[in-house]
Amino acid sequence: MRRLLLEHDQVPGIETYEVYRKQGGYRSVEKALKKMSPEDVLEEVKKSGLRGRGGAGFPTGMKWSFLAKPEGVPRHLLCNADESEPGTFKDRYLMEKIPHLLIEGMITSSYALGANVSYIYIRGEYMWVLDILEKAVAEAYDNGWLGKNILGSGFDLDLYVCPGGGAYICGEETALIESLEGKRGNPRMKPPFPAVAGLWGRPTVVNNVESIAAVVPIVNDGGDEYAKIGVGRSTGTKLISACGNLERPGVYEIEMGITVEEFIYGDDYCRGIAKGKKLKACVPGGSSVPILPHYLVTKTATGEDRLMTYESLAEGGFESGSMLGSGGFIVFDEDQCIVRNTWNFARFYAHESCGQCSPCREGTGWMEKVLNRLEHGQGNMRDIDLLADINKKIEGNTICPLGDAAAWPVAAAIRHFRDEFEWHVNHREEAQKRNYGLISEKTASA
Amino acid sequence: MSSTTPVDMSLRHSEKPQFSEEKMAEVQRIIAQFPEGKEKSALIRILHIAEEEFGGWLSIETMDYVAEILEIQPIEVYEVATFYTMFNLDKTGKYVFEVCRTGPCMLVGSDQLIEHIGKKLNIKVGETTADGMFTLKTAECLGACGYGPMLQCGKKYHEHLTPEKVDQLIEAYRSGNTNTES
Ligand SMILES: Cc1cc2nc3c(=O)[nH]c(=O)nc-3n(C[C@H](O)[C@H](O)[C@H](O)COP(=O)(O)O)c2cc1C
Ligand code: SF4
Ligand code: FES
Repeated sequence: MRRLLLEHDQVPGIETYEVYRKQGGYRSVEKALKKMSPEDVLEEVKKSGLRGRGGAGFPTGMKWSFLAKPEGVPRHLLCNADESEPGTFKDRYLMEKIPHLLIEGMITSSYALGANVSYIYIRGEYMWVLDILEKAVAEAYDNGWLGKNILGSGFDLDLYVCPGGGAYICGEETALIESLEGKRGNPRMKPPFPAVAGLWGRPTVVNNVESIAAVVPIVNDGGDEYAKIGVGRSTGTKLISACGNLERPGVYEIEMGITVEEFIYGDDYCRGIAKGKKLKACVPGGSSVPILPHYLVTKTATGEDRLMTYESLAEGGFESGSMLGSGGFIVFDEDQCIVRNTWNFARFYAHESCGQCSPCREGTGWMEKVLNRLEHGQGNMRDIDLLADINKKIEGNTICPLGDAAAWPVAAAIRHFRDEFEWHVNHREEAQKRNYGLISEKTASA
Repeated sequence: MSSTTPVDMSLRHSEKPQFSEEKMAEVQRIIAQFPEGKEKSALIRILHIAEEEFGGWLSIETMDYVAEILEIQPIEVYEVATFYTMFNLDKTGKYVFEVCRTGPCMLVGSDQLIEHIGKKLNIKVGETTADGMFTLKTAECLGACGYGPMLQCGKKYHEHLTPEKVDQLIEAYRSGNTNTES
């Protein structure tokens, strides 16, 4: 089991500069600034096959190569530490435990991109993590890793940490940029893409905390070494934040390609379902990805082992697959109610819609209302079809993907657990008193 | 939608707020993080500081004062203050308990926790206790999903909560011990 990011998370004092440096910290900055050109760094990141860890999985090297470089215009690297996708708490762990790893990644990445002023945008609720980061940034300045002419290389970098104010949508990269400009977090129409016109209209790259941290081992050991870990186009390690009804929830660094079975039940990971109960369902990549019923969690529809990779979790498409997403791994035990959870998530999206596009603003509100009705035993059969219909009206008709992110999980829940939705209609009184659990033939565990 | 709260123009501070010299230095340090002409970028952080300094909420006077510092229109501040859920546009209790109510926390008992706190403090979600000590709110996912149920109070996260732990927490806050670990 190789750990590239959290290798030293248990070393006492690793949050301080001294200890971090003693463990080999800031080597990637030395290597990049003294021995490599920015293009060399980019080349290693491309070779590594690293894909964005914020949820979309877009290749980081490719994203970097799109950055426009007009003469005389400053460019910026923004770290997305907004982490608000339900089920996701990995970035917080990394920043809290090993703040210097993110700062080191920011320096090496900014060098590759030719950015001289970079920002970490962190959700406002993580204010104490902001304090930890600022302390680490100050240490980095004091030791010559930030500021003017770093290591005599001629490269200058200033790094700042900025808080949000509580808004899930600010994790969307253009909303993040708006927020960083001191405005409401309304996503922008694209194009232009941030790579051309981002922060203050300047070329900008937005990357997730974990993506930026991963640049450190990639530069230290080389992209090829990194790409040796994993399966196919899912290379390297991935932080998974596991929660819900697990024996041992928490943040784990996995090698891409271990089986879902091992992750849920293995001694090194979650150690099975809490209180000896049975697995009912799993949302493997944060609240925006489709839910999987237990019989599709550890195996695909064709009976193959499901792996913790982008491809394997998506195997089967919308019919029988899901997504790796942000790595927010949510597990449901046999007592949980899928209708209630679907309603809960719908309420989340209705609350978090920025309100700019009517299909999303109205649609998320309607889904919440209808699901609320169903959950509380006041719905009817038509409501279930109505939900599928609202879905179609939101999908593809909005400025940003939040509308889709709200609609898809509802569709998936109805696809796999329709019987449970119908039971809520047919057993109004009972639905108020108890959860559906694992009672049907279809979802009953062997 | 997080932007439905209107600015209640009746909510005012009786005096014009004024940062201490020390706080003003902090505010200036933050403004200096951004290029000339882009000072507005400091707005959200300054609002956090202003809220902490001026009674835990943002009055019209506070927002106007922040606008003055950043040399922007007051409406630009109201717009932002009403969009983000962390800002209180209303007076709150001394301690605001924000209990996460989102899916992963619900799976491990946040509904029951919210109910328990409400009963214990004899208030509903959104209300403040008569003695002005506690306000109970709910929040969406706070990034502590593996450690739920949980609540945030000020800068602190209280995780792995049980009814007993919350009772102790309330007592601790009542007696002024805000450094309680949980
Ligand atoms: C509604 C919404 C919320 C998002 N929230 C986050 C987030 O909290 N953190 C994050 O890194 N990316 C988030 N993203 C993805 C970002 O838009 C962006 O793709 C990502 O930060 C790019 O970084 P990466 O390529 O390193 O993954 C969100 C996207 C959407 C549409
Ligand atoms: S899809 Fe929703 S969140 Fe995204 S811009 Fe439109 S209204 Fe805002
Ligand atoms: S769901 Fe409660 S902290 Fe994430």
